[in-house]
Amino acid sequence: MKVSSPRFKDNAREALADAALRESLRSFTRSFPLKRQEAIARLPEFDQLRDIGRAIKDHSLEHLDFYLERFEAQVTARGGQVHWCRDAAEARETILRLCREAGAKTVTKSKSMVGEEIDLNDHLETHGIQPIETDLGEYIIQVREESPSHILAPAIHLSSGQIADTFRDKHPELPAQRSLDDPQTVLEEARAVLRNKFLNADVGLTGANFLIAETGSVVVVTNEGNADLVMTLPKTHIVLAGLEKVVPTLEDGTTILRLLARSSTGQDTATYTTFCTGLGAEDDPDGPDALHIVLLDNGRSEMLAGAFREMLRCIRCGACLNHCPVYAQIGGHAYGWVYSGPMGKVLTPGLLGLDHAADLPNASSFCGKCEEVCPMRIPLPKMMRSWRERQFEEKRTPARARAGLRLWASLARRPALYRWVMGLTFGVLGRMGRRRGRFRRMPFAGGWTAVRDFPAPEGKTFLAQWAERKASER
Amino acid sequence: MSDARKDILERIRAGLGRGPLAEGAISGLEKNLAAPTRHLIPERGRGEGRALVDRFRAEAERANATIARIAAREDAPAGVAAYLKEHGLPTAIRAAPALENVSWTEQNGLTAGFGQAGADDAVGVTQAFAGVAETGTLVTLSGPQTPSSLNFLPDTHIVLLDSARIFAAYEDVWTRLRTELGSGEMPRAVTWIAGPSRSADIELKLLLGVHGPRRLHILLIDGQGG
Amino acid sequence: MPGGPPHVALFVTCLVDLMRPSVGFAAVRLLETAGCRVTVPADQTCCGQPAYNSGDRADARAIARQVIDVFQGFDYVVVPSGSCAGMIRKHYPELFADDPQARGRAEDLAGRTHELTSFLVDVLGLDALGPMAGFDGTATYHDGCSGLRELGVKAQPRALLQRVDGLSLREGEAAETCCGFGGTFCVKYPEISGAMVDAKVDDLLATGADTVLGGDLGCLFNIAGRLQRRGEKLRVRHVAEILAGMTDGVAIGEPVRD
Repeated sequence: MKVSSPRFKDNAREALADAALRESLRSFTRSFPLKRQEAIARLPEFDQLRDIGRAIKDHSLEHLDFYLERFEAQVTARGGQVHWCRDAAEARETILRLCREAGAKTVTKSKSMVGEEIDLNDHLETHGIQPIETDLGEYIIQVREESPSHILAPAIHLSSGQIADTFRDKHPELPAQRSLDDPQTVLEEARAVLRNKFLNADVGLTGANFLIAETGSVVVVTNEGNADLVMTLPKTHIVLAGLEKVVPTLEDGTTILRLLARSSTGQDTATYTTFCTGLGAEDDPDGPDALHIVLLDNGRSEMLAGAFREMLRCIRCGACLNHCPVYAQIGGHAYGWVYSGPMGKVLTPGLLGLDHAADLPNASSFCGKCEEVCPMRIPLPKMMRSWRERQFEEKRTPARARAGLRLWASLARRPALYRWVMGLTFGVLGRMGRRRGRFRRMPFAGGWTAVRDFPAPEGKTFLAQWAERKASER
Repeated sequence: MSDARKDILERIRAGLGRGPLAEGAISGLEKNLAAPTRHLIPERGRGEGRALVDRFRAEAERANATIARIAAREDAPAGVAAYLKEHGLPTAIRAAPALENVSWTEQNGLTAGFGQAGADDAVGVTQAFAGVAETGTLVTLSGPQTPSSLNFLPDTHIVLLDSARIFAAYEDVWTRLRTELGSGEMPRAVTWIAGPSRSADIELKLLLGVHGPRRLHILLIDGQGG
Repeated sequence: MPGGPPHVALFVTCLVDLMRPSVGFAAVRLLETAGCRVTVPADQTCCGQPAYNSGDRADARAIARQVIDVFQGFDYVVVPSGSCAGMIRKHYPELFADDPQARGRAEDLAGRTHELTSFLVDVLGLDALGPMAGFDGTATYHDGCSGLRELGVKAQPRALLQRVDGLSLREGEAAETCCGFGGTFCVKYPEISGAMVDAKVDDLLATGADTVLGGDLGCLFNIAGRLQRRGEKLRVRHVAEILAGMTDGVAIGEPVRD
């Protein structure tokens, strides 16, 4: 998808002015955390499982080369093929080539954030192949020509009425007078339209929640069952997966699956979890004749070194988005790329480069809620701070902010000077603000007073008063 | 392409700050792959006997499945017919070849075809490899005897499950699968199924039957009937 | 206690020192009433959070070294702020991850440092505290993020407030949700921060309380500033003021009564 993360501030401003969006966000950011809490209450071992899940992913990453090679060997032994792709362009070209080899006109897709990451749909369309999103939310935003605003619930920013209007516009072959008054009728229309697409697609493309090295299995999780139709009906199945998705064994994947649905939608388990392994037996009436797994690096191997390795534990559950107070106000589009919320603040600079995402790691109050809920215990605030440190080291932090920080730091390191300067400044401010109790405007504090009053200081500093009190006691 | 493979593996090793793994390290990893370690099994994934059946039932119902008990496999046609009648559903079914040895049409008013599901099949009847009590989940295997399309295309999804094959935890099913198919063997698709197809993509309203099954009905064979 | 009363250094924090010294005196009163010997080292300034959270690691380390020096030799260091206490307890050791000697000193300080309400309840114990002052009103408590998530401060202020005669506590549904302060975040992203504090203020108002309490002046200034900009009457105070019975002064941002 197109990148607009450099426009983060403008995007956020537009989102804040969008009343319908904020109404959707309000109900959504209330309901998901509640459901998650209820699911966790039914699994008292949740936190222990988080520790185990983290250890599984850490182990997998530490031996990533080994497990990827093993995964490939198992896929190959079962009739599939693995395609290693260094970057987005290579992955796009590979998938296009595979589609052409399959003689494909249409490709049904289940939700794949990596697909958004490499801007796959555009590429296929440009070359005459029609990609069809089959996840209900993805389908809606595809026909609206938008991008997902949430990794789980891509159309969460839209009301049922908005979707109905879109369907009237984009399904002109259907009777104009039909009712689309509620979510159920909207769903029925999407179901009917997509049913034909499933049956007639030449290629099915899915993402992967996990790759299992032991068996060469691809694990795909959905609630709709769309991924299963995508991988069962067409003659060619292409899987697009980030290379960090591999875990050693079925047991390892199973442990992390216990965390996934509970963290994301608050379900005990997703409706459909399929372990898809090779081409299967000759006499299996269903399933494809060709299986291709496109393994994408695209910056991930670089994240293995240094401060951001832990981000590769991410299982894309969306819990950090669902609980983020910043996301709750501005929604996903403001972040300007496929990965939004706290995970996006760390991943986007890692995958696109800090130049394209300068605001993202800064636009956090460091409230720590994301780390609290992350099933993989990813220290998201710490990693946002690491990006800020890199910006500061590379002198990308705005000059005025740097100067302010340096001034504050140099005062803080000279206690006597600090006491003198602060005593004077806050004494004056205290006298000025005493009568009203607060200021509506302050020089050098426009960011503060834009939205709130600034309380007047009491006057004499604590340290000055304390020194006087101690002197008088002597 | 092999260049990309080589480059990526080199980058990974560079990122990890090491060269290829030593023989000794590899054999340790191999050992675990050959005999996978079980991690913590939560309390709700432990237990045995009737308690498992009860838990399976409660959890499956929480996931919007319905369950009826039948005494034996031979009672499946009557169970299917009763369910379809109760819900006013079509009586033409597409069943898994694994169920061909059951007498489907006598006295039940059903018409049955066997094999993979097609676009026009309204009712799919198949059988599960196992059930997992911890979340009321069915485990189905793809293959000629139980084609996976039966699970995903028809509006109505009916699954036979032998109560003796209800296990406490997912891990128990992996163990059983390795025993029955041989270690490292997997069918093309192993699918965990908890309830019918659903979405909350529109205004967070839970809607069933987005693509395939609008309803999932489980016929639990447990020798008790009723 | 063996060896006489515990010797406590008060790290008053820059916001209390410069903006609302009465919170510092309230903290001193609480500590002294509980039997502590309180010292206020004169050379204290800032804990270094603004630099640390802006990516200026070098200055953050320099300031941290100074704080470590200034607060050497006390049994405990008590801080009337969850975020400054969190900075010392959680982040100072991380700052010196690559310097074993400095790290050791940072860990030593971290181990002795406590947020005020957590010190009173977890270290001294409720039994050591005398009777609390009274307060006639209905309060709601805002959990500052750092105190809550870095230090586990949640039950402690509530346990203390329960001992305040006449005070009733009504919990906000979103008591644990960030108010949008976030240090420099609130001035760098005023629109987002403004939306967050609006949500917070709505939640506080919905409780029907007349006073908002909290343990971090940053959050409280943000909340009070937004309430007052919106013309709301809800008053805002630091929890120490109530606990110490020092509510004769005006609430945050209120005009001084002459």
